[in-house]
Amino acid sequence: MTPARTWARLLFAQWRESRARIAVTVLALALGTAMASAIHLVNRSALDEFEQAARRLAGEADLVVRGSPPGFPEALFAGVARLDGVAIASPVLELTVDGLTVVGLDPFRAAGVQPALFGELAGNLRDFFEPDGIFLSAAAAGQRQLRTGDRMDVLAGTTTRQLRVLGLLDANAYPRPLGVMDIAAAQWQFDRLGLLTRIDVRLEEGASTATVRAAIEALLPAGVVVMTPAIDSQRVASATRAYRTNLGMLALVAVLTGAFLVLTAQALSVLRRRGSLALLRALGVTRRELGRLLVAEGVVVGAIGAAIGVGLGQVIAYWTLRALAGDLGAGQLAVPGGTLAAKPLTWLIFIVTGALVAGLAAWLPAREAAARPPALALKSGDVDAGPAAARPFRVAFALIAAGAGLAFMPSVYGLPLFGYASIAALLFGGVLLVPSVAQGLLRAAPATRAAPLSLAVAQLRGAPAQASLGLAAIIVSFSLMVAMAIMVHSFRESFIDWLDTVLPADMQLRLQQGGNTAALGEREQAVIARQDGVSRAEFRRVVPLLLRPEAAPVTLIAADIDAHTAAQRLAILHAAPLPAGGETAPPVWVSEAMTDLYGVQAGAPLALPLAGREAVFRVAGVYREYGRSGGAVVIPRATYVAATGDRAVNEASLWLARGADPAAVARDLRAALALGDALQLRTTTEVRERSLANFDRAFIVTYALEAIAVLIGLLGVGVTAAATAFARRAEFGMLRHVGLLRRELALMLAGEGLLMSAIGVVFALALGGVLSLVLVYVVNRQSFLWSIDLAIPRLQLALLALALICAAAITTVVSGRAALGGDAVRAVREDW
Amino acid sequence: MHGTRQRALLEVEGLSRRYREDRPPVLAGIDLSLAADEYLAIMGESGVGKSTLLNLIAGLDRPDAGTIRLDGVDITALDDEGATLLRRRQMGFVFQAFHVLPYLTVAQNVALPLDLLGVAAQERAARVAQMLEAVGLAGFAARHPRELSGGELQRVAIARSLVHRPRLVLADEPTGNLDPRTAAQVLALLREQIHANGGAGILITHSVTAARSADRTLALTAHGLVPLPATP
Repeated sequence: MTPARTWARLLFAQWRESRARIAVTVLALALGTAMASAIHLVNRSALDEFEQAARRLAGEADLVVRGSPPGFPEALFAGVARLDGVAIASPVLELTVDGLTVVGLDPFRAAGVQPALFGELAGNLRDFFEPDGIFLSAAAAGQRQLRTGDRMDVLAGTTTRQLRVLGLLDANAYPRPLGVMDIAAAQWQFDRLGLLTRIDVRLEEGASTATVRAAIEALLPAGVVVMTPAIDSQRVASATRAYRTNLGMLALVAVLTGAFLVLTAQALSVLRRRGSLALLRALGVTRRELGRLLVAEGVVVGAIGAAIGVGLGQVIAYWTLRALAGDLGAGQLAVPGGTLAAKPLTWLIFIVTGALVAGLAAWLPAREAAARPPALALKSGDVDAGPAAARPFRVAFALIAAGAGLAFMPSVYGLPLFGYASIAALLFGGVLLVPSVAQGLLRAAPATRAAPLSLAVAQLRGAPAQASLGLAAIIVSFSLMVAMAIMVHSFRESFIDWLDTVLPADMQLRLQQGGNTAALGEREQAVIARQDGVSRAEFRRVVPLLLRPEAAPVTLIAADIDAHTAAQRLAILHAAPLPAGGETAPPVWVSEAMTDLYGVQAGAPLALPLAGREAVFRVAGVYREYGRSGGAVVIPRATYVAATGDRAVNEASLWLARGADPAAVARDLRAALALGDALQLRTTTEVRERSLANFDRAFIVTYALEAIAVLIGLLGVGVTAAATAFARRAEFGMLRHVGLLRRELALMLAGEGLLMSAIGVVFALALGGVLSLVLVYVVNRQSFLWSIDLAIPRLQLALLALALICAAAITTVVSGRAALGGDAVRAVREDW
Repeated sequence: MHGTRQRALLEVEGLSRRYREDRPPVLAGIDLSLAADEYLAIMGESGVGKSTLLNLIAGLDRPDAGTIRLDGVDITALDDEGATLLRRRQMGFVFQAFHVLPYLTVAQNVALPLDLLGVAAQERAARVAQMLEAVGLAGFAARHPRELSGGELQRVAIARSLVHRPRLVLADEPTGNLDPRTAAQVLALLREQIHANGGAGILITHSVTAARSADRTLALTAHGLVPLPATP
């Protein structure tokens, strides 16, 4: 056996003596890795499904011409098809009908661009031209419990149409809900005659993509763009990237807390074994060998924990895909029937990452242990030496200063990477200050006549490094929980304020998006305005506008608004003063996201593609908008009608007459309009409650991740308490000899636990408060492109803090019970 | 033998202790009587049961048979709390490994038994100062144990064992970790202070030299406690 293997055997043999510590450390790492890997697997699986679906639909297209959902005139298709270098142009009408993506195709042209899809349809080509025929993917048929030959109702605009299921597409090739129709049938069925939403273009061999693209761009009316299929398929990924990244970061918090627990456990284990480690050094193990062995110990623990976590993560991911269709709260990534593919490389990456993180966490105590002179370590009374003993003020303050500086950096590719770095720097800097802060607070602790409590205070004053080590994991997890709680509370309060501003009326009317064509004409508007019980009605036209190929469409809201009423209808953040000579261009108001995504500023001009022409407006103000993350522009309805001639509306706010019964008004309106399910009428209270319920549901995963991080932190408290109590058995034994009762010893331990957890929780509250500023003003702003106002959930934090202090104190006593119940007589005979 | 024989402070009768049924008892039928101002040394080979006897006397372990009376109180009849409170008031301990709390100052370590008894701060300070003076550590009150040598640590332990004026001091190999010269000083100090305190003491030791510091020496053998003749 080589010397290294001998030493390793000696070290790992000690694991038998520390089964509980190893088990808790492995468990903590497993929990963290499980959450991180599950979130990654679910998001990856959902994105893969989206990208695969987009790729299959785009087929072998080299370029995609795309317009806003209402569509563009099909005359453009002829122009594109005639261009030099274009081999095939395939017109497409793509609609979303009752949650189903319906694609209208010209099968002969699609054969050259989407040969796989054409192959699926080839056998039924004659049926394909049936005006009411549709092919469904297995997912769509399954959702609606339909079979070939069945009839299905779909909402087209404000009327219900019946389609016949001609056949089913291959479930593996098209896993998402999808319907394919003849383009002419789709245009007719969904009232889109003469309109297209997409043209797929395949180039001739040798043709330059850039040249053809430029030629197409020259033909495009305002609001229609040309892009590569890759950009088209990535759009969903881009739109949800910030949300997914934030969830990933939260999952990493669990891993990070686990890493702190490794550091804590390893540091305490090194303290506890300092005698035997010094003996190894005395017997000839070099510093480097000892350091390596201790790091290897951490790596092995990390790899085992991560491997268990990856297995657990696979189970959680499978369950999430089955039960929640993979929707982790963003709402945009739901994949009904999504499957979880085995990804051995991903598993390996997580296991290696877990091992490396644990190894890194073990490195600090390993370095300390290796550097400690064996003679000193072998001496009795070398108790409170550990990494925290060094109290590296300079490093702490440097990290805090760096964290403060990083908070002012801009986002990177739409992600608040510097914001995350700022949080990490502030967090580590803060944790490094814990021993000094703890000592300062302990010095201020009042004297007590109760011997057990005065002993508790004295013990903590005398051994701050050990106590602080135990607090590291709980401070990391709780401060992040505090920061998240403040951020979510701030968001919720701002969201409520925003709802109050944007929902001033008694009822809200909305048309279900039936093929994006649903609208109320002037006749229906008059019916609504004259309805008994309705005292006032304000109508809105809400349409999507595609401003950039790579971005999600912006929402254009034509509303009854002007410079005087804007502040009552919108949550205005910055208003531009009127130009000296009065309005130079019609005013519009833009959401905050517009300033980030398109660089629009209050007072500046803004060009918008309306009815195929570009019109210039003046940005009269920037307002807060939580409903439309891709950006929104509010335009006076009169201006919109003048520019487009479109007098239709699809939303309305209704003020009821005094004493009017909302239910009766809704019933009468439904009868008068006869729009069936297309009409959505809700009281403002109901809309508000639903919105808040959706808001809260979106943060369920966030709360779950926070809870897991805090649980890991509590495990850290338990590990520390158990380890220190074990190390202090002789002290407990002596105290029992001199007459301390068992319950007084328990009181002493509880006092220590209570005091340290109180210090930790107070520190974490302060640190969490600082971190919340970065979350609220940097991470949230850069991720979601909207601002929120800081609001502190005082009661929630106070209750959380109290619960955590009690939990930590109980954990300390429970963990220390083994040492309390031990043989006091034997303990004093052991040298310490 | 020290002074005039008084009535016994400690009376042990027929004491037996067996740890495992399949093994012979560690102690069997032990009788012992200790006067209120007597300092007794008990010697014996390793594993003969010296520490077991000490633990039984301290109420830290329970005998299978026999009684132990301290000043008329049957320790074997007390529950854990009763025995603990008896130790708190009536006993002091000195250990081989010192067991001085590293996070307390020397004065705080010495004051520990007084803290447990709820002695008022003024009186506590006076008795600690007096005790430190007595063990030769007058200037050491504010120091921490890590600043002290082994001999000094054991002096702190002796001061702590006597500061509350216990009736009985139990010392288990108190010089096992010390060099011969320091050991001699510590033994002399222990004897002097036990006598100065007016109480009794039992010294458990392997060392004949250490045993000589006591008033009387008994050897613990498989047949019980046997008196050893005083050696010059």
